[in-house]
Amino acid sequence: MSSSLSRRSFLGLSGAVGLTALTACGGGTKIGAGSGSPASAAPTFSGGEYTGPKVTLDYWNGFTGGDGPHMRAMLETFNKQFAGRIEVRNVTRRWEDLYPAMPTAIAAGKGPDVAVIHNDWVGTFAARRTLLPLDDVVGALSLSEADFIPAVWNAGVYQGKRYSVPLDVHCLGDYWNRAHLQKIGLSEAPADRAGYEDALAQLKKAGIAAPFWMPNKWPAHLMFMSLLWQHGGELYSDDGTRALWGGEPGVRALSWMVEQIDKGFSPAQVAQDSQYAAFKNDKVSFTWDGIWQINDLKTNARSLQWGLGPVPNIGGTAAVWSSSHNFVMTSQAGKDGDKVQAAKFFIDHMGRLSTEWAKAGMIPARNSAREDPAVAELPQIRLAADLDSFRFLPALPGVGDVQSKALELAVAKAVLKQASPSEALKEGVATANKLLADNKRKYAR
Amino acid sequence: MSLLTRPRGLPGAQAPGRPAPRTPRMRPWTPYAFLAPYLVLFAVFMLAPIAFGGWTSLHEWDINLPAKPFVGLRNYADLFDPADVDGARFWTAMRATAIFTVASVPLLIVLPLLVALLMNGRFKGRDLYRAVYFAPYVLGVAVVGLVWRFLLDGNIGLVNHYLGLDVQWTTAVPPAWVALVGVTVWWTLGLNSVIFLAGLQDIPRELHEAAMVDGASAWHRFRAVTLPGLRPVTVFVVNATILASANMFGQSYLITGGAPADQTKTAIYLIAETGLRQFDMGTASAMSFVLAGCLMVVSALVFGAFRGRSKP
Repeated sequence: MSSSLSRRSFLGLSGAVGLTALTACGGGTKIGAGSGSPASAAPTFSGGEYTGPKVTLDYWNGFTGGDGPHMRAMLETFNKQFAGRIEVRNVTRRWEDLYPAMPTAIAAGKGPDVAVIHNDWVGTFAARRTLLPLDDVVGALSLSEADFIPAVWNAGVYQGKRYSVPLDVHCLGDYWNRAHLQKIGLSEAPADRAGYEDALAQLKKAGIAAPFWMPNKWPAHLMFMSLLWQHGGELYSDDGTRALWGGEPGVRALSWMVEQIDKGFSPAQVAQDSQYAAFKNDKVSFTWDGIWQINDLKTNARSLQWGLGPVPNIGGTAAVWSSSHNFVMTSQAGKDGDKVQAAKFFIDHMGRLSTEWAKAGMIPARNSAREDPAVAELPQIRLAADLDSFRFLPALPGVGDVQSKALELAVAKAVLKQASPSEALKEGVATANKLLADNKRKYAR
Repeated sequence: MSLLTRPRGLPGAQAPGRPAPRTPRMRPWTPYAFLAPYLVLFAVFMLAPIAFGGWTSLHEWDINLPAKPFVGLRNYADLFDPADVDGARFWTAMRATAIFTVASVPLLIVLPLLVALLMNGRFKGRDLYRAVYFAPYVLGVAVVGLVWRFLLDGNIGLVNHYLGLDVQWTTAVPPAWVALVGVTVWWTLGLNSVIFLAGLQDIPRELHEAAMVDGASAWHRFRAVTLPGLRPVTVFVVNATILASANMFGQSYLITGGAPADQTKTAIYLIAETGLRQFDMGTASAMSFVLAGCLMVVSALVFGAFRGRSKP
C-alpha cells in the first residue's frame, strides 16, 4: 500500500479531493446572482391554447385557510382538462414561509414557475428579478384598467413593466356575534364611531366582559393602517423615502386602539390569535379580521351565529386595509420557452375563473365578475360596495421589512402599553426612515 | 499492514536483558492519513462554511440580489452602533438570550441532578419513573411550542384557568420568561438527568462504602464522593446546557413570537429572521460571529472555573 502510494502523491490526492469539495461548495452557495435568463428568448404570448410539448409547471401559493380546497379543486379541473399537455403541481405553504423561501428556491431551480403573491410583494420580487414581465399576457387578454379596481391594477407595475395579473381583492372586515348583538337590540354592527363605541358600552353592560379584544400582533397592524387612512393619514411618501404613519392621524388611530383596552372593552396584552379563538368560542362580540376567515368560521365554528360587515368608519373617511392575490411568472420558468408559454396560458385560464374563486371567500378583482349573480350573493361582496375605501400597501421594494421591523413593532409596543402611542410611533418612524433609505440604496443597484 | 509493523518478531517476545529495539518508527504522515477522512469532512462542512460566513459578513450580501458590494467591517460596526436599526435590534436580542441563559442554566443543572439522584435509588417503578422524566424530550420543539402556546395563553389558556390566575404568560415580561424557562426545563430536564445518572453510576460503590465505614453522613458522602465524582460530567453538562440555552429559538418563536414587542426575540431568532426572511446574509453572518465569539468566551470561563477548582 505504502509503496504504491507515495507520500507526495497521497498529499496531492487528498488536497485535490479537498479542493474539489471546496469549489463544489462555493459553486453551490453562489445562489441568486441574477440567474434568471432573459425572458425575451421566449416567443410572446398572443392568447389561445398552449400548443407546445408537454410541460410540468410548479405552482406555489399560500392558500392554507378556507381558500385552499377551492384552489385545489380548480387545479384538478385544469389538470384534467389539459391532461397530457400541461401538468400543474401544487405547493401550498403559509405566506410567511412562502415569501422567504421563494427567491432562494427559484435561484436553486427548485421553486415555482408560477405563483400567487400579494400586491405589496410585487415590487420587492420584481426588484429582486424573481419575476418576469407579463405585459404580453395582459395585452392578449385585452385586460384593462377599466375592468379592475385601479389600485389593484396599478400595484402590478414596477418600473414601467407589468409583473402580475390580479386574481382577487380581500380586505379587513368587521365580524360580529349575532347573539351578543341581539342582546342590545342590534342586528348588525354600527358603522360609525359613536354608534360603535355606544354598542361596546352597552354590550359590556349586558354582561359581555370584554366585547372587542385588541390584538398586539396580526391583524393589529392591519387595523392600525385602516384607522390611519380613516383619519386622513398616509403610510409612505410617494417616492418611498419617508414614513408618514407617525403623524397626527397615526397617533389618533393608535390611541383609539389603546383606548379600547383602557375602557375595559378589551383585556390587556391579548396574545397572538387569541382574539379570533375567543370570537369563535362565543366570548367576543366584535373582531376585525380578513375575509379569508369566512370559510374557516363556516366549517369550524358551526354553532356560532356571526355576521360580517365593513370595518366601521372611526376616523371620518371610509377606508380599510386591502390586499390582492396576483398571478406571477418567475424567472425559473424563464429558462424554458415552453414553460413560459404554458405558464402564461395557465395564468390566462385561471384568471378567467374568478367567479369560481370568489366562493373561496374572496372578492373578484374584475368589476364584471362582481356583478355576476352567482357572486353578488356571497357575504364578502357587500364589503366591496364602496371601492374607494379600499386602500393598499404601496409596492415599494422591501416594504415588507419596513412594516415588520418598524410599523408592526410600534403597534405592538403601544397595544402592550410599553410606550404611549406617540412615543411608539415616533421611534417606529425613525427606524422606518433608516430602513427606507437603506432599501432605496439596496434596490437601486 | 506495512504501514506500522516491521517484518521482525513481536516486541513482547524479546528476551530480557537484550537492548530494546527502537520502537517501530511511524512514517511522519501516518497519523494524518488516519485523520484525513475526518479532516476532509471537517474542512468541507465546518471550516469552509465558517470561512464563507466570514467572507459573507464583510459584504452587503443579499442572497438574491446580483450586487454584493464589499463593505469591510461595516456590518460589524453597525452592530456596535446603538443608533443603527440592526444594532439596536441585535443587542435587544442578545439581552434576551442572556436573560434566558442565566435563568435557565442553573435550573437545568440543579433539577436534573436531584432527579438523577432520585432515579439512582432503588425503589419500585423506577424504570417507569425514569421514562416519565425523559418522555417530554422525545417531543419535537414544534409540538412542545404549540401545545404550551395554547396552554399558557393568558386569556383562553388552561394554565390560568386551573390556577385561577390572570397572568399574561406569553405577552408580558417577566411572566413570558418564567413561561419560556419553565417549558424548556420541563422539556429538556430528562436529557441532563440521564447524563447525570450515567455519571452517578460510574462512581465506584467502594468509595461510598469506604466513606460509610468512616462514618460519613449522606450529606457528607454527597459532598465528598458524589460531587467530585461527577466533575467531568458536570463540566460537560454545564457547557452543553449553556450552549443549548444560548441557542434557544423554537420556544420563543412558537410560544411568544418574540412578544412583547421583540423582548423575547433571542439572538438566534433574530439571526434567522435577518438572514432567511429578510435575506440580509451579511448582517446575519456578522451577528452570528459576534454571538459565537461571546459563547466562546463564556465556554472558556466555564472551563477555567472548573479547572481552577480541581487544583488543590
